[in-house]
Amino acid sequence: MKYFAGIDVGSLTAKAVVIDENGKILGYHIQPIGQDSLVAGMNAYQKALTIPGLKREDVSSIVSTGYSRKRFTEASSQKTEISCHAKGISVLFPAVRTLIDVGGQDSKAIKISKDGRVLDFAMNDKCAAGTGRFVEVMANVLNLSLNGLSDSALSFKNELTLSSTCTVFGESEVVSLLSQGQNVPDISWAIIKSIADRIVALAKRVGIENDVAMSGGMAKNKALVSRLEEKLECKILVAEEPQIMGALGAALIAKG
Amino acid sequence: MTKFRVSETMKEMMASYYLEAKNAAYNNIPVAWITSGGPVEFLHAMGVIPVYPENYAPMCSITRVSKDLIEVSEAAGYSSDLCSYARTDIGADMTQGGPIMGLPKPDMLIVGTNICHTVVKWFDVHARKYNVPLFIIDMPYLHDGMTKEAINYVVKQFESFKVFLSGVLKKRFDEEKFRETLFLAAQVSGLWEKVLAMGKKKPSPINSFDTFIHLAPIVTLRGTQRAVDYYTQFYDELVELNTQGFGSVPDEKIRLLWDNLPIWYKIKYLSEFFAKHKAAFVVSTYTNSWAAIQGDIDTDHALEELARAYLSPYINRDFKYRIEYLVKLIEEFSLDGIVFHSDRSCKPYSLGQYMIKEEVTKRTGKPGLIIEADMNDPRVFSDAQFETRAEAFLEGYEK
Repeated sequence: MKYFAGIDVGSLTAKAVVIDENGKILGYHIQPIGQDSLVAGMNAYQKALTIPGLKREDVSSIVSTGYSRKRFTEASSQKTEISCHAKGISVLFPAVRTLIDVGGQDSKAIKISKDGRVLDFAMNDKCAAGTGRFVEVMANVLNLSLNGLSDSALSFKNELTLSSTCTVFGESEVVSLLSQGQNVPDISWAIIKSIADRIVALAKRVGIENDVAMSGGMAKNKALVSRLEEKLECKILVAEEPQIMGALGAALIAKG
Repeated sequence: MTKFRVSETMKEMMASYYLEAKNAAYNNIPVAWITSGGPVEFLHAMGVIPVYPENYAPMCSITRVSKDLIEVSEAAGYSSDLCSYARTDIGADMTQGGPIMGLPKPDMLIVGTNICHTVVKWFDVHARKYNVPLFIIDMPYLHDGMTKEAINYVVKQFESFKVFLSGVLKKRFDEEKFRETLFLAAQVSGLWEKVLAMGKKKPSPINSFDTFIHLAPIVTLRGTQRAVDYYTQFYDELVELNTQGFGSVPDEKIRLLWDNLPIWYKIKYLSEFFAKHKAAFVVSTYTNSWAAIQGDIDTDHALEELARAYLSPYINRDFKYRIEYLVKLIEEFSLDGIVFHSDRSCKPYSLGQYMIKEEVTKRTGKPGLIIEADMNDPRVFSDAQFETRAEAFLEGYEK
């Protein structure tokens, strides 16, 4: 049996996936980047290997992806996360034509061909608005975890609006909403609506074609997924572990 | 970037041009500051040295001082949303900074609005500072193709421009020298077109990063014999290189078009990045804009022909025209795709790019990539973000 690995070293987390020659996922691991992206990537890889009890020499080929992909010299090649996410999702959900990936620093909408190739893509501009980082900053202000923010948003009562899409100004806006005595669930929902609007605009740039899927850490946010489904008027498919889609795609590319 | 035999010649030619300009006052030669799309032929005919803030700004960018100069003008109150050429130029003027320590003092300022309308206010700032006359030639945006009315409108202004020049310089407009200049300008324009057409060869002996640099003489010196000589030599060299099978990008695999202005402060990095991926920019809408005057100019209708040429740059044309033009270039240059630089500073160039990209892809099946950056403000460019987008785009060509 031959084994392959994909390592996705993103802006906030490192993800590693190990598969066998049939493309079956044998192990994966997600961990925060901390101070050194290369160390985080290697740790994630080591931990993913221990799950099926493999050693580094058992792996035939590695593909790295994500912002720090080029630092990972052990990889036989580097691919952008755009190609990797497209590859990963098209193996899990072959009917997907539009993929929305919302990670820590980037959000992207990817148009995928029937054979899993990238036809077109759009990404957020040089700004954290519409990315996971935006939600993370707001959750911190509210003293909530990311899941906590999602749960809180789903129990909202009143519609509030966050007018700023800028993370820095948005943060002060959330602070002032709190000081006005607004309820946390209502503010949480306003945060979700704000990021969803940015993502919808991005997705419409490449054009929405069914099926639509979502990947990246923010796909775990139920409030966001439900808001996107409502705004895009379609069902959004989410994998069991959407955060490893890039690493899975990288492993599948390594398999060839 | 390709090292050509003529590269040295160009360096010398541009150095002597700037030296003449810097010494103009000493030699009693008048200097005019003019926009990149301004009708320089009138100035050459009258012995005026034209100087281009839009040429000096990229020089500041390539020599890595544009950021400092931009910060000077921003500190003086110019908005960071203003064109980065304007911010660089105003900063350079305030500090007499940049590679030649500021441009020589102008005796007059000439503006053509075929590239944008920022130039009107930007040159107005200089006109007030130096207390010199400013002549604005309004070249209307062609919303619906070339019209007789637009041509007549510009011709009338060219006629007033002659009167203006003879008034400022206190001498008769030299029609004979003007015809001679036009003849040379048309020759240079024709030669530039032939140089750019070498991009159709496979592999292409020249790419857009080369033509961005070799654009300097046609912008500043068209209408002069030395520009004719230079582009004749350049064209001959390219023909020679082509017969040897030379490609400016080794092992050229992907043929692309560059849309919008260059990203000057990153030109070497971008040139190396795309060459590493075996991608060659064999044509650009930007450099094509200076091939507008037709070779066999009819000197009896010189002003009409000039008006037509000055109205026709890509940036002065409507979206429908732009789409058709890009589709035509894809065919003529056997292109695999287009890279659109969405330039924060140049709104008239960048507006509509998303729609144009979509439509061109629909018609030709060729993909496009949008890069968000700025021609002169390095604070807007992020290497990592650019690389992810560009590599994902290039991965799309892998089998």
